[in-house]
Amino acid sequence: MVSATSSTVDTAAGGDGIHLPDTARDLVKILVTGPFGVGKTTLIGSVSEIRPLHTEEQLTEASAQVDDLAGVRDKSTTTVAIDFGRISLAGGIVLYLFGTPGQERFRPLWDDIAYGALGALVLVDARRIDASFDVLGLVEETGLPYAVAFNTFPDAPRHHTPEQLRAALDLEPTTPMVTCDAREPNSSIDALLALVQHLIDHRPAEHR
Amino acid sequence: MTPRRGGRPLVPAYLSTGGVARPSRTHLERLSVLTGSGEPAPAGLTAAQAALLEELEYGALTVVEAAALLRLPVSAVLVLAADLIDHDLVLARAPIPPARRFDPDLLKRVADGLRDLKHR
Ligand SMILES: Nc1nc2c(ncn2[C@@H]2O[C@H](COP(=O)(O)OP(=O)(O)OP(=O)(O)O)[C@@H](O)[C@H]2O)c(=O)[nH]1
Ligand SMILES: [Mg+2]
Repeated sequence: MVSATSSTVDTAAGGDGIHLPDTARDLVKILVTGPFGVGKTTLIGSVSEIRPLHTEEQLTEASAQVDDLAGVRDKSTTTVAIDFGRISLAGGIVLYLFGTPGQERFRPLWDDIAYGALGALVLVDARRIDASFDVLGLVEETGLPYAVAFNTFPDAPRHHTPEQLRAALDLEPTTPMVTCDAREPNSSIDALLALVQHLIDHRPAEHR
Repeated sequence: MTPRRGGRPLVPAYLSTGGVARPSRTHLERLSVLTGSGEPAPAGLTAAQAALLEELEYGALTVVEAAALLRLPVSAVLVLAADLIDHDLVLARAPIPPARRFDPDLLKRVADGLRDLKHR
């Protein structure tokens, strides 16, 4: 039995603020993606109103044939932790951010998490631009609209012009490209805003 | 009472047949919102079912939040929730109707909400 007093709510399992506010009406999500160690968890943590949570997701490795050759029956599975955070906005909107690994081998998981998403914020580390090719390929194949945010690591090369970076990543001229410090809430919000503004400006024609 | 569009009956099929014939299973996804129906929990629930129901006594949770709190894979929570929904112990609703993803008004409210956060 649960009594509906506020003290019960505060001290209950829900007292950590994870249960949804009664005002929550429209739940939307954005993927925060990028290569290993690029700052996905940091960005989600800097803006989330709840302590970032994660789910453990099972991946069935695409190594079945190798296993067969080796005479191993069981398909090997590994798990990957998917972080997520949440931001309640005015008007009953709740924005979820899912830290989604961008490697090709996570594709089935990727498709599942991307279902219904507004778009993706792709974090790029300017020290290793190549590491972002996989994720950009995935995002484009999924058809999710996206924005690119260069995370500001102290030793990142600074001599590249925006045009050079855009060319290196082979971005469309309309794809937003911003710099961001994932540790700073305001900077992270600006990166998210660049994406949302892009969504507003470039809706699919049938929704305009 | 005004008649329903398309002449659909006012009483859903599953009620008119005493709860036997169910409408097709609710489509559940990661951000489906789960709430307890308030029906008393029957005996014989599995430990995981009982744990999910108990979490929902404190308020609504999305599927992913329930998975994180219960330390269960999302796929397991989807099965648990579907079973509990079938027994009228849990209610689920969609995060947003899919077409609303491109709704300019919704997107503008997301942008405005994010801008407001910066001035807090
Ligand atoms: N200087 C600086 N450091 C950052 C920034 N973002 C992240 N870091 C640091 O980079 C490291 C990796 O960041 P994470 O947020 O764990 O990266 P991730 O993308 O979640 O990594 P995986 O989940 O392992 O793929 C941490 O030590 C962060 O503190 C940034 O904008 N600037
Ligand atoms: Mg991480």
